[in-house]
Amino acid sequence: MEKISGSQAIIRCLQEEGIKTIFGFPGGAVIDLFDALMDSDITNVLVRHEQGAVHAADGLARVTGEVGVALLTSGPGATNGVTAIATAYMDSIPLVILTGQVPTPLIGNDAFQEVDIVGITRPCTKHNYLVKDAKDLVATLREAFHIARTGRPGPVLVDLPKDVVAKMVDFPEKKPIRMQNYQPTYEPHPGQIEKACKNILKAKNPVLYVGGGVILSNANEELTELARKLNIPVTMTLMGLGGFPGSDPLSMGMLGMHGSYTANMAVANSDLLIAVGARFDDRVTGRLDAFAPHATIIHIDIDPTSISKNVKVDIPIVADCKHALTAMNNWFNTSSDFNRDKVAASHEPWLATIGEWTKKHPMCYLDEGDIIKPQFVIEKLDELTHGDAIITTEVGQNQMWAAQFYKFNKPRQWATSGGLGTMGYGLPAAIGAKMAFPEKTVIDVAGDGSIQMNIQELATAKQYKCPVKVAILNNNYLGMVRQWQELFYNKRYAGTVMEVTPDFVMLAQAYGAVGLRATKKSEVEAVIKEALATDNTVIMDFVIAREECVFPMVPAGKATTEMLLV
Amino acid sequence: MKHTISVLLQNKPGVLSRVTGLFSGRGFNIESLSVAETLEPSISCLTLVTRGDEAIIEQITKQLHKLIDVIKVTDISDSEYVEREMVLIRVKAEAQTRAEVLRVIDIFRGKVVDVSPKSYAVEVTGSASKVQAIIDILRPIGIQEIVRTGTIAMARASKK
Repeated sequence: MEKISGSQAIIRCLQEEGIKTIFGFPGGAVIDLFDALMDSDITNVLVRHEQGAVHAADGLARVTGEVGVALLTSGPGATNGVTAIATAYMDSIPLVILTGQVPTPLIGNDAFQEVDIVGITRPCTKHNYLVKDAKDLVATLREAFHIARTGRPGPVLVDLPKDVVAKMVDFPEKKPIRMQNYQPTYEPHPGQIEKACKNILKAKNPVLYVGGGVILSNANEELTELARKLNIPVTMTLMGLGGFPGSDPLSMGMLGMHGSYTANMAVANSDLLIAVGARFDDRVTGRLDAFAPHATIIHIDIDPTSISKNVKVDIPIVADCKHALTAMNNWFNTSSDFNRDKVAASHEPWLATIGEWTKKHPMCYLDEGDIIKPQFVIEKLDELTHGDAIITTEVGQNQMWAAQFYKFNKPRQWATSGGLGTMGYGLPAAIGAKMAFPEKTVIDVAGDGSIQMNIQELATAKQYKCPVKVAILNNNYLGMVRQWQELFYNKRYAGTVMEVTPDFVMLAQAYGAVGLRATKKSEVEAVIKEALATDNTVIMDFVIAREECVFPMVPAGKATTEMLLV
Repeated sequence: MKHTISVLLQNKPGVLSRVTGLFSGRGFNIESLSVAETLEPSISCLTLVTRGDEAIIEQITKQLHKLIDVIKVTDISDSEYVEREMVLIRVKAEAQTRAEVLRVIDIFRGKVVDVSPKSYAVEVTGSASKVQAIIDILRPIGIQEIVRTGTIAMARASKK
């Protein structure tokens, strides 16, 4: 068999997996890999900070459903990636992170740029490897991709010592991977499906509670079919947005801490909660004993550890969401007990109650003359992009307003750090998304605080002709923490006042991008239109109502029905 | 409730730290832990004793199973099982107590494995409670050093 270098074998593994773009930053330990990349058709996007590399790979993975790849050097290169790896882990995003490592004879000697990255990332990766023998290189890479994309997806890190990568290796033909100790359950148990469906038929006030699992398993169509077939209202978690069309009459929007009044009231009053690919996060449930207190709970999840972790589940279904929803749809389609019109009609009183809640407290905000309200900016973005843009966000108020006021009608048009809540996610993620879909409009909704966490990636966007748009909702505060201080800490704004903020218009120009500013409501539309029409990276600096809060809000530790409203 | 959990895992570097990291990271407790290779050298058997209510034990077994290097997880205490622990105790044994120490060791079917003019080192095996019992008995005489293996356990074979 023809021998090739370890680094060539790694590149060939990436090609085998269909990887077109990776995100990386070089260093001594990975020079061989970068060298081999030059001879391949894979684009390496040179980021400006390793956190950006992994977030960009993550953004690409979220919008495409493919595995994202980042290539980092040893030591600080690897540790700089850790926050972004943890971000992907919390949101179950499939990534393969390749890190350089010092040569094997030096491992453990505190060598230059040595760090035990496998030890450091053990709790924030789905799995990780240190390849000590070049013979294992190809098999390990293939296994890493397999683990990253199957079951509940997640990041897998492969640590590559410099001498291992330099060795000559065989490149055997790829065979289907079968691991004795790793076999995720995709098919639901038919008995559980039947039990779930029969319970659904009995329910008077059912609610579908949809999480990121529906996006990850591409189950949005099956979910939409089920909801419409049975006339069941749907609420989505932050990660589940786009899993069901946000403008469908059955959509109640997001639930939880900043969810809609309607969604939280519906869950609290439901007699049957169908959780699909969601994990009962504390930001969703609020006080646990008051969460869906009257409901029988059906929970579909591919990860058995998610089931009955926070909330005791009555009917667990361990399966891929798509397979489980298909099985449920089939059950209804073939069951003689199921009369579509009758069931749909039986839910009308429940939907009427839900309509009353929406009428009483719709998602809204108070207009204040020509002051820019952040919610208005998001509404305008939605309108002027016809709800069709890919939206990424930073974390905090900007993220919640984007989630509340942009109508996500399709899956994979939304990339946000849900579980970990990582500021600095949005801009690199937008670059990753734009690299995957150059023809689509990609907008990072940001705050003036969080945009500064990875603002250096503007240079990456410029270098790769990646005209992402950044909409900064600028209030000169770390707004979400300030909101908590206003509401629960006697307005003591400790550490949340951004006394010095750069001039974002000039900053954009310094990077060769375009900077636009709106200080009045009447200017917002023109700024967005100009940004969308500009074939360049654009920063839109919206100077917003400074002390605007995100409402509704469920204070931490309270029941989700105890909402603070506009 | 005390549970004894048996875990088969790949015998590879770092696997044990995946297990212990899981326990510390998720706030589960480990009372004892013992690990060694099985008949198949590429597979290790780890026995751990932990405490928790039903929900916690369910999470522990599921989370263990989720680790890629874990092959099989069994809550042995779900059915009939035998458990053993070994302890080595160095106990003071001077003229007036030497005979008494030997009698105690005999009652517990222990063995003297090291002798010095002023002490015996004793080996005792049994359930965790038996091991605790001899420790309690010898303590007033004067225990100088003690090393326990932690519990290992095996389900009883089906009687059918």
